[in-house]
Amino acid sequence: MTSSDQTKFVHSPADIPDDWFKWKDKDPEAAETVSRPSLSYWKDAWKRLKKNKLAMAGLVFLVILGILAVIGPILSPYVVTDQNRPDQFLPPSIDHWFGTDSLGRDVFTRTWYGARISLFVGLMAALIDFFVGVIYGGVSGYKGGRTDSLMMRIIEILYGLPYLLVVILLLVVMGPSLTTIIIALSVTGWVGMARIVRGQVLQIKNFEFVLASKSFGTRTPRIIRKNLLPNTMGPIIVQMTLTVPNAIFAEAFLSFLGLGIQSPYASWGVMANDALGAILSGYWWTLFFPAFFISFTMFAFNVLGDGLQDALDPKLRK
Amino acid sequence: MLGYILKRFAVMVVTLWIIITLTFVLMVTLPGSPLNEERTTNETVQANLEAHYNLDEPYYIQYLLYIKSIVTFDFGPSIKQPTETVNDLLGRGFPISFELGMATIIVAVISGIILGIFAALKHNGIIDYLAMTIAVLGISIPNFVLATLLIQTLAVYWNILPAATWSSPVHMIMPTIALATGPMAIIARLTRSTMLEVLTQDYIKMARAKGLKPWKIIIKHALKNALMPVVTIMGTLLAGILTGTFVIEQIFGIPGMGKYFVESINQRDYPVIMGTTVFYSAFLIVMLFLVDIAYGFLDPRIKLHTKGGD
Amino acid sequence: MEKILEVNDLHVTFSTFGGTVQAVRGVSFDLHKGETLAIVGESGCGKSVTSNAIMRLIPDPPGKISNGTIEFKGKDLTQFSQKAMRSIRGVDISMIFQDPMTALNPTLTIGTQLVEGLMEHRKTSRAEAKERALEMMNLVGIPNPEERFKQYPHQFSGGMRQRIVIAIALICEPELLIADEPTTALDVTIQAQILELFETIQEQTGVSIILITHDLGVVAKIADRIVVMYAGKIIEEGTRKEIFYHPEHPYTKGLLKSVPRLDIKGANLIPIDGTPPDLFSPPQGCPFTARCSMAMEVCDKVYPLQTELSDTHKVDCWLQDDRAEQLVAQAADKT
Ligand SMILES: Nc1ncnc2c1ncn2[C@@H]1O[C@H](COP(=O)(O)OP(=O)(O)OP(=O)(O)O)[C@@H](O)[C@H]1O
Ligand SMILES: [Mg+2]
Repeated sequence: MTSSDQTKFVHSPADIPDDWFKWKDKDPEAAETVSRPSLSYWKDAWKRLKKNKLAMAGLVFLVILGILAVIGPILSPYVVTDQNRPDQFLPPSIDHWFGTDSLGRDVFTRTWYGARISLFVGLMAALIDFFVGVIYGGVSGYKGGRTDSLMMRIIEILYGLPYLLVVILLLVVMGPSLTTIIIALSVTGWVGMARIVRGQVLQIKNFEFVLASKSFGTRTPRIIRKNLLPNTMGPIIVQMTLTVPNAIFAEAFLSFLGLGIQSPYASWGVMANDALGAILSGYWWTLFFPAFFISFTMFAFNVLGDGLQDALDPKLRK
Repeated sequence: MLGYILKRFAVMVVTLWIIITLTFVLMVTLPGSPLNEERTTNETVQANLEAHYNLDEPYYIQYLLYIKSIVTFDFGPSIKQPTETVNDLLGRGFPISFELGMATIIVAVISGIILGIFAALKHNGIIDYLAMTIAVLGISIPNFVLATLLIQTLAVYWNILPAATWSSPVHMIMPTIALATGPMAIIARLTRSTMLEVLTQDYIKMARAKGLKPWKIIIKHALKNALMPVVTIMGTLLAGILTGTFVIEQIFGIPGMGKYFVESINQRDYPVIMGTTVFYSAFLIVMLFLVDIAYGFLDPRIKLHTKGGD
Repeated sequence: MEKILEVNDLHVTFSTFGGTVQAVRGVSFDLHKGETLAIVGESGCGKSVTSNAIMRLIPDPPGKISNGTIEFKGKDLTQFSQKAMRSIRGVDISMIFQDPMTALNPTLTIGTQLVEGLMEHRKTSRAEAKERALEMMNLVGIPNPEERFKQYPHQFSGGMRQRIVIAIALICEPELLIADEPTTALDVTIQAQILELFETIQEQTGVSIILITHDLGVVAKIADRIVVMYAGKIIEEGTRKEIFYHPEHPYTKGLLKSVPRLDIKGANLIPIDGTPPDLFSPPQGCPFTARCSMAMEVCDKVYPLQTELSDTHKVDCWLQDDRAEQLVAQAADKT
């Protein structure tokens, strides 16, 4: 039972000066310093996100991409749809930084135009999912009882629908365009969000109930706003972040199939499709740039979503 | 278990009914559909259409007969190739697509699980970090991009694999890799996270306290529990693989159902699009049902539950 | 009596991102054959880490036995390879975990989980193993063992599961059984039944038991000796009588006040104020100082020397010093 390290210098009680044997003053400060400075939820999460290098790299990439999507097409002297047959398949050069495609269009300009489309589709899909999901999931969770179980049954059934097939069907019938893509994606995409929102609403309700029964009184709304809402927002934000790459993929996939943005307008999917024949002849740049940006944009959103998930998880919070 | 099966079956039937009704409504009501257009120029085509969709009957009869045709595996005519029906195309294309799909699933499941287990066992090590970065990349690179990159490098640049068609096992390599990488990455990530969770469970500690060998603990105690969530996402993965075959077959020139489907989209051959969509949707929904049943058998809590319910 | 286990100056650390946790800091105790030793202390004081260390089940990394010896029947387990440990685990030393709901694998039958240890170590056939398993199920009081053998954990109640876990632990006739909070997750009546079961089993098999708990009430009936842990150290140990009737350490006294008593109606539970110290940088003096109502200046500065009050009763507290006793006497005079 004798501990080795701390008793090194004390071999017998005689080594202890007599005047150490007096009652310790209770200092009130000691108790206060114990309660460590409590960071706000968001600051805390941000601090943890910053430690995740991959997620931060993703965030930086997305910010730069966003800026270039806005100013990229302006920077370039070419117009997205401008064809110039004699300039067909020029490799990257001072004039055409990313080269030109089969119709002599500037790949640099088209890439940033494609970035606009991808980011727009991704963000719109996430926003619409969010609103529909919050309304549906919110009502379901808040009402509870029969309404809830009916609404959840409906979700269970919708979950089983092969959504990309439904989207293809809708696009075939409504005709391809950016608006129809966004509508088609939102018609099928909100289900996951609604489930999550419902779960979070149930959690809040439960907590409200617990608090009320413990009569915290006027502090209840404050606790919900300060502690609970941020915690429940976490999974919703993560879901939104992960919706974006899915929507970007869906747009590119559909455009690739000829159901999305139509040539001569550019989207990364359209550009990849146009490049299909060209790469066999060695015009790698026509494929490389859209392929690189679509992959890395999705990669960035995915690692950012993973990072947010870790950073916002209240369970990990100490 | 019986209650569980019945419940899943009911969900399946309702989902099937929704998809059938949706296609019917779209066909009949929306502008752009051939059933509402001016009469087509080709008489055979017109006759085929009228015969299949019973255009001279009232809507509700049309609807009932449409359901009947689908239940009896008749997916309708083509308007671009008057002599062909969707069933003909399916008969020719589906076996090939099925082969591609099966090859993909086998590759994705096996490699994904192995990768995920390794990452979990070497948690926080270099292998884990590397495997998971590769997995996120795998999720992020769209299959059609990967396919074209593979052609560009393996076929065009190094010329070690054939770029197109589906004539021998060697031809199957590139399309399968292109299609399997995404699902593999998803399975690897899921396996890793569930495996990590399972490994912290008390019953694993208990197995160690019994003095069992580590590999026995992994295989007998950890693996089954870790793989159950993988079973639950198989339905979703299958849907992804199936839609993936559309572009992969197109890119590699594989004469599967996906290629016909994309052609029908490009030619706006509506009856073929509808017929194929219904067929594939039904296929997926039935698969989803089978996956649920398989899950029920794996989980003794469901298997032995007599009253049904969840 | 023969000593079966002797733990000496055991130190266990965990290296984490936040720093090194000194979970166990110099623990020594011993255990005789057929004895029941209770290890008591608040959550986080290192009870489970100590018992996992004996089984060599500390996850490494991040954990490490950084110092000390664990002698089981004269052999130092800290020197054993993991392979050698496997022939000890489940055979000579068995362990029971806190939550019977999670200690059994939900996808395997009770039978499989019962026999696998036996088949691994004794190389018996499945039929033989099953016979022995049924015997064990009888011993721990499972009705209809034949039928229950084929069932899955979810078909058992919590108390029944814990009985199964005990049967699994005992099937190879170990000499030492470590039970880590075996009753915490159960309700009170079941708790009593399980504790009774421990007594019966000990009578029949002569197994030595280390019983870990944070509730002194649980051990009142069955522990021969009690070890009180706080912040990774043993601060007092003694026979059951000594600890219950003559506790010396303020922490032990505090623990006793927080035991629910059935005999005194309406007796208030008095929990100890405050929380244990951070084990990343444990205080150099007595770790209980900050929560102690009788803290002296010396307590902050130097860890107390051990005082032996009897052969069996030992305590680490400066209040045992003569000079402190004068202080206490003065305080008593004033009031
Ligand atoms: N794997 C680990 N990594 C880091 N720290 C650990 C680990 N396992 C235990 N610890 C730390 O060791 C200390 C002692 O933990 P231990 O589980 O032994 O407590 P305990 O006395 O069993 O408490 P309880 O009554 O809650 O079971 C705790 O502070 C804990 O944080
Ligand atoms: Mg413990």
